[in-house]
Amino acid sequence: MRYAMAIDTKKCVGCSDCVVACQTENNVPIGFCRDWVTETVDGTYPNVTIELRSERCNHCDNAPCVRCCPTGASHFEDGGIVLVTAHKCIGCGACIQSCPYEARYSHPDGYVDKCTFCIHRVRKGEDPACVSVCPTHCMYFGDLDDPNSEIVNVLRNRKFKSLAPEAGTSPQIFYLV
Amino acid sequence: MREEIFVSGRNIPNIDPYLNIWHWQIPTYLFLGGLAAGILFFAGLFFIMGKEKQMPATVKWAPMIVPFALVLGLFALFLDLKHKLYFWQLYTTVRFTSPMSWGAWVLMAITPVSFIWAASYLREALPKWDWKLKMLKDFEKWVIRNRIIFAWAMVILAVILGIYTGILLSAFNARPLWNTSILGPLFLVSGMSTGAAAIILTSRSHEERRIIGKIDLLLIVIELFFIIHMIMGFLAGSEVQLAAAHLFLGGQFTVSFWVFVIILGLLFPALLEILELFGLKVPIVLPAILILLGGFIFRFIMVEAGQITRYLY
Repeated sequence: MRYAMAIDTKKCVGCSDCVVACQTENNVPIGFCRDWVTETVDGTYPNVTIELRSERCNHCDNAPCVRCCPTGASHFEDGGIVLVTAHKCIGCGACIQSCPYEARYSHPDGYVDKCTFCIHRVRKGEDPACVSVCPTHCMYFGDLDDPNSEIVNVLRNRKFKSLAPEAGTSPQIFYLV
Repeated sequence: MREEIFVSGRNIPNIDPYLNIWHWQIPTYLFLGGLAAGILFFAGLFFIMGKEKQMPATVKWAPMIVPFALVLGLFALFLDLKHKLYFWQLYTTVRFTSPMSWGAWVLMAITPVSFIWAASYLREALPKWDWKLKMLKDFEKWVIRNRIIFAWAMVILAVILGIYTGILLSAFNARPLWNTSILGPLFLVSGMSTGAAAIILTSRSHEERRIIGKIDLLLIVIELFFIIHMIMGFLAGSEVQLAAAHLFLGGQFTVSFWVFVIILGLLFPALLEILELFGLKVPIVLPAILILLGGFIFRFIMVEAGQITRYLY
């Protein structure tokens, strides 16, 4: 079981519903966010292209945050989801230093927090909050090891990329371009 | 022309606009840890070589600074933690893939060793000192008889302590400035150089200062070589590494790095030590203090500049 996400950059309109839904679902403190929307503009007017991406923790296969954690608070759960056990976290910030995607932040309560792929919803068979509220349905979440899942189908039919693959982390969020 | 911005209004404390989660506590500890490693390395080394009488400051007096340095350094590390009440979790596990875990355990081992080594010479420094309890007096006798074991432990642990701080930073592959394997040896040599400088400051023997001074000169040359090697490595690397090198070659850290770390912290003290070997009278505190300051500022610059370098955005 290998959970992953595919996000269609051609359908994303940058509405930030995914950001707000995540903050609501996971009680993210004001001023913090577990996911965000990035806009990349290439070229000079009038020949410009825009790419909108909803970014978050990539739940990497070769997660440097898990490797660098001195207490094992950062660990892998079912399906390769990377989680932080708050009562094991000492707040040293090593994982924050090691994440190329700037996905982690220091929660005001002291431990390190980030996107959890809404594992509490996934375990009940639901989609993560961001995926379920997206108005353009541009986000797919599923099991890469399930040949019948929607995500495998969409990755088979479309060109995709991941962020900073040269960082060597093997990220599991794929952007359909 | 490419422009990349956050459009969902992200402004996370300590993460945006650039990563600044580690502040003065970390470079302070890195300096104190390196200093402790340097002093203990030379103390153990010269004891093993049988030079306890000829190098009293190296073997006996300078190591008395180390317990204070380590305690202050550990306190600085503790202050840096954001989940302080759970700091003990560090000592419930050994994680071989995490250099921070190695560091926690090495410090756990070397701190008592440094206390014991310094304490075993306490009665030589202060003849009126009395341990009072028989258990302590017997322990002191046992330590003095078995100093060679402690000396070997110190040499090995000091090298691990000195090098792991560099390996720790280089393990963070998301920070291109740190992600070079030369950082481990560089921090080790820098730590040994600051340790030698501290020994020079505590020494009263002209002969001892000459020997340590020559060793320090060699360490400075090696350190300069490593720094140049590191920058050349970045210049021959990928785009993010070129951006990291640029911070020191025209970017915001250029002046502070070349003036305070290279010229005042390494080249000028080396020049003074060379002139002294040719007979010129130089107040010995000058190169020693410059080396200590240079090492301190070097770590501050590395920690702040490293957090600015990144892969994305």
